Amino acid sequence: MTSSPLSSPSQIFNMDYQDALALLVTIRDMAIVQFHRIPGSAILTRYIKMSYQHDPARSVIELCLVIFAIQYLLAPKYSTQKKNFVKLRPDEVDELIEDWTPEPLVAPLTEFEQEQIDKTPVIAGPTGTKVKLTNGRTVTNLASTNFFNLANQPALAESAITTLRTYGVGPCGPPGFYGTQDVHVDCEQDIAEFIGSEACIIYAQAFSTISAVIPAFAKRGDIIVVDEKVNFATQKALQLSRSTIRWYKHNDMDDLEKVLKKVEREFRGRELTRRFIVTEALFEDGGDVADLGTIVKLKFQYKYRLILDETNSFGVVGETGRGLTEYYNLPATDVDMIVGTLATTFVGGGGFCCGSKEIVHHQRISGLAYVFSAALPAMLATTVSEIIKMLRENPENFITPLRENIKTFHAALAKTDTLTITSSLINPTISIQLNGKREMSNDEQDRLAQDVVDECLANGVLVTRVKRIALPAGMSKGPKWFGWNPAMVVKVYVSSGFSKKDCEKAGSVIRSAVTKVVGKKR
Amino acid sequence: MPRKASSSVSSIIDTPKRATVRTTNKIVQFFASSQKPSPGETKLSSSYPGALPKSAPSISLPTISLSTATGEHTSEAPMVVFSPEEARRTARKHAQFGPLLHSSHKYVSQHNDGGELEEPIEDEPPYFIMFTTYFSYLILIIFGHVRDFFGKRFRSSKYTNLKAQNGYAALNSDFDNFYVRRLKKRLDDCFSRPITGVPGRYITLLGRESKDYNDTFNMTGEKIETLNMSSYNYLGFAQSEGPCADASEESIRKYGVSAAGTRSDGGTLDLHVDCEALIARFVGKPASILYSMGYGTNAWIFSSLVSKGCLIISDELNHASIRTGARASGAMIDMFKHNHMGDLENKLREYISQGQPRTHRPWKKILVVVEGLYSMEGTMCNLPALVRLREKYGFYLFVDEAHSVGALGPRGRGVCDFFGVDPRDVDILMGTLTKSFGANGGYIAAEKCIIDKLRAINAGVLMSEAPAPGVVTQITSSLKMITGELNTGEGEERLQRLAFNSRYLRLGLKRLGFIVLGHDDSPIVPLMLYNPAKMPAFSREMLKRKISVVVVGYPATPLVSSRVRFCLSAAHNKDDLDRLLRACDEVGDELDLKLSSGIAGGAIPLPEGVTPEMEAERIAKGGKVAAPRWPVEEVIKRGVQDTKLTLR
Repeated sequence: MTSSPLSSPSQIFNMDYQDALALLVTIRDMAIVQFHRIPGSAILTRYIKMSYQHDPARSVIELCLVIFAIQYLLAPKYSTQKKNFVKLRPDEVDELIEDWTPEPLVAPLTEFEQEQIDKTPVIAGPTGTKVKLTNGRTVTNLASTNFFNLANQPALAESAITTLRTYGVGPCGPPGFYGTQDVHVDCEQDIAEFIGSEACIIYAQAFSTISAVIPAFAKRGDIIVVDEKVNFATQKALQLSRSTIRWYKHNDMDDLEKVLKKVEREFRGRELTRRFIVTEALFEDGGDVADLGTIVKLKFQYKYRLILDETNSFGVVGETGRGLTEYYNLPATDVDMIVGTLATTFVGGGGFCCGSKEIVHHQRISGLAYVFSAALPAMLATTVSEIIKMLRENPENFITPLRENIKTFHAALAKTDTLTITSSLINPTISIQLNGKREMSNDEQDRLAQDVVDECLANGVLVTRVKRIALPAGMSKGPKWFGWNPAMVVKVYVSSGFSKKDCEKAGSVIRSAVTKVVGKKR
Repeated sequence: MPRKASSSVSSIIDTPKRATVRTTNKIVQFFASSQKPSPGETKLSSSYPGALPKSAPSISLPTISLSTATGEHTSEAPMVVFSPEEARRTARKHAQFGPLLHSSHKYVSQHNDGGELEEPIEDEPPYFIMFTTYFSYLILIIFGHVRDFFGKRFRSSKYTNLKAQNGYAALNSDFDNFYVRRLKKRLDDCFSRPITGVPGRYITLLGRESKDYNDTFNMTGEKIETLNMSSYNYLGFAQSEGPCADASEESIRKYGVSAAGTRSDGGTLDLHVDCEALIARFVGKPASILYSMGYGTNAWIFSSLVSKGCLIISDELNHASIRTGARASGAMIDMFKHNHMGDLENKLREYISQGQPRTHRPWKKILVVVEGLYSMEGTMCNLPALVRLREKYGFYLFVDEAHSVGALGPRGRGVCDFFGVDPRDVDILMGTLTKSFGANGGYIAAEKCIIDKLRAINAGVLMSEAPAPGVVTQITSSLKMITGELNTGEGEERLQRLAFNSRYLRLGLKRLGFIVLGHDDSPIVPLMLYNPAKMPAFSREMLKRKISVVVVGYPATPLVSSRVRFCLSAAHNKDDLDRLLRACDEVGDELDLKLSSGIAGGAIPLPEGVTPEMEAERIAKGGKVAAPRWPVEEVIKRGVQDTKLTLR
């Protein structure tokens, strides 16, 4: 050994060429010695030598392969090179941060929105057919989804109090973690038996139900064929599912069949994925009835699963209130998933989904709004059970007067050309479309509808109007399901609690309000 | 007879402080968990308490607890019972809300120094445990696949859901469903246990059994009253009697069962308006909105705040509702490491300087979303640091107080209160009313202009049902009790009891030698189990001892960190916690769960004259850290006084 061991790196740079060469030789010798110590190294050396002598080109290729393998193993699993990444100096970053001014968290309130908030009715005391507002006026209430007028029925209140005194108010936990109370199990069973399906699951909020149900089953790659007028919650559910969406024209069965055929052509030969048809029973937008008979026929023919949103129909449609399946005389089991609300007709709270045992069980594990939310308060669950009992015992007490009242309203409103009733005769939510003479922008339509609502209120009748959910800026050209933009209508929620006279009177108030407001604009 | 005494209790200053010692300790600790104490050690430990300063209040004056107002101070004390009826009533009341045993069992939940939050030190189990955990999963996966392979061929009727059938695709994906079929099902008896009655201090389970390996359950008809360590009942407001229930009853009598409608149509009652004002005042914001569901609040709020061109930076452990809401908003989403402020800052610097992907246009707005208290970890967000970052980078801060409101802070007003941060420094305060208030629903609190806008555009306001009158009144009355407007003093007592209970249990478990996650003041105490088979074992063992607990595993937690989670409540008293500690001690020995190395605390307090600095220095120099394995009676004896010191 010629060189002495080097202790500090600075010496490396100071030493002369000879020393450096000697050092390199030493290192090489040591490396060779070490290499020969590895078991099998002799075989490797012999192999390389032989192959080099016989076929140098092969050795080069093998070397390349080895280098590639090492590089491949060392490379990160994904590309870290961000496309379009601009390298900046820290001071430039600081400057950019200094310069950045975010938009306000929410856009400033428009004048119309301010008016809308100010005019939101606040009921002092219990809700019902006649309510007292906080401004002291007592008005006829056609703005509450209180179809059987049970919201403040004393017997129900007493039963709710009994529950309160046994269970407290909240269940203090999600259903999976000790939040499932026996009243929930009973309530689910009651609903399932009432509708006639195998099983049922209840969620804690109606509006969040369908947005949990659809994504629990429909995943990326699945196909959903859906009516183009479905409500906002369903649209959001479709968005969250990330499935392939195909729209068919509103309630147009020929178009539905066309779409189904097209999907079949398009996806023939590919792996079979889940396919769903999604529709509402009574449409939120317009209030007409889905042609369930034909949809069920098509669903069986083309092997789709059907998800039916009965939010507006459960409890009020059909001879005994079992919903649209009853109306069409179909067994509930023909529909794979029936989704509905317990907060309107059933004056409890929450939503439900009925279906086969497998479908319900799967949601108990994968329905996000079920798994990650607290269960429904016990007293709301027992209220629902109570009402189902009442409905099963004598449905005619509820359904018949409601039907009569809807008819009366339709008749009272029908005598003018300034409005069109788009909702069906079985729908207790009456949608009144205002017939302005010319095309109007969304804002003008809102204004007109609000004026009608105000005019009705001035005459002692509380009605409401559809409220849009605007497309967020930059999304207007995006997918179709990013907003709620229905035909602008005034809405009237009929209740069985009104007498015929009340209905006629309220109907004429609405009619004259529409005539006055719309007529003025013409 | 104390068992498994710590091998180094003898050296008082041999105590852990920082995570830096972890690596050296690791090797020593390999297999350490199963080591049995030698006779000499046992002797040592039985003699050591005498060496400690004694100041526990052994003799105490009877105090009158406001929450019970009966004057009794121990549950063992002979009660003057007037009639069997009265005895039943008292028993029922105490089953929902335990009487306070001693006035010293209270503590004020507050972050002391006003500075940043120190990350809790996370202990790690011996390698042996990690190895067996991975091995368990390996066995589960292999067995699962073998069973699937044969099952699909020979018992295809059981697999109808996983296979395409006469033209319909499988309802569930085989792959997604594997975990549910092959692991979760084996412990299904530990989940969704049906209950009846009030989920208060005790919870009544309905007995059930399965004859087909958890495929179906049959109700046995028996009722089992268990100690409730599982419900989110932080302040003990899950009660069917008392002022809140009375108010709720009155409200249902007056208003009926439902508000029947959405908030923007005919569903707004004066009750809602009053409640919103109260919530706003409580959390320290000018205005608030009330929703009927906590999950729904988050699921719909983000669409109203951010959209395309905006960025959401969310803590990686945020709740599913936040993920759902963020996804529905259309904004770009990124995550930062749990509670890692450095990572968040790096992300912010990069995103702000780079702008939107591809176009490099500046972001319209950036929303940072964190939770106040994380329900699976028991950790709190580092609010002071977040507020400083917000100041510097100009993002909007959204704090989900689902678990923290009511549960933290000297006045129970959530993380802001706990840290002494001005609520104005947080843009949106969201919370749920399910947990601390014994009701249901959620709220958003913010500046008035934001709330007004939300009332006009938020789908949750326009389309979801209004909360029911009985529920709203429960919220209002429990809020009033916390602020002291109703039953003055009781709310404060509940807050302090919760804070005491949280610290007492956490310290006790640490001293027994368990690995416990989370911050000291958090009422969520996760105890690490690691091995998947220990989840059902722990849960069933606890059920045998009439304690109901929640076990959580993958996918709610990382694969290897299965845990059991205790949720404290003001309704628990020291007896309940001691019962739990004793049960944990037994089960912990049986299941080999006492795995802590000591770095995360559980040591005895420093002796006179030794400052924390000296101790830190000693450890930095390579001083030994003792693995705490206190005998349970010692833990209970010293618990009360040590709970009030800075926990170590």
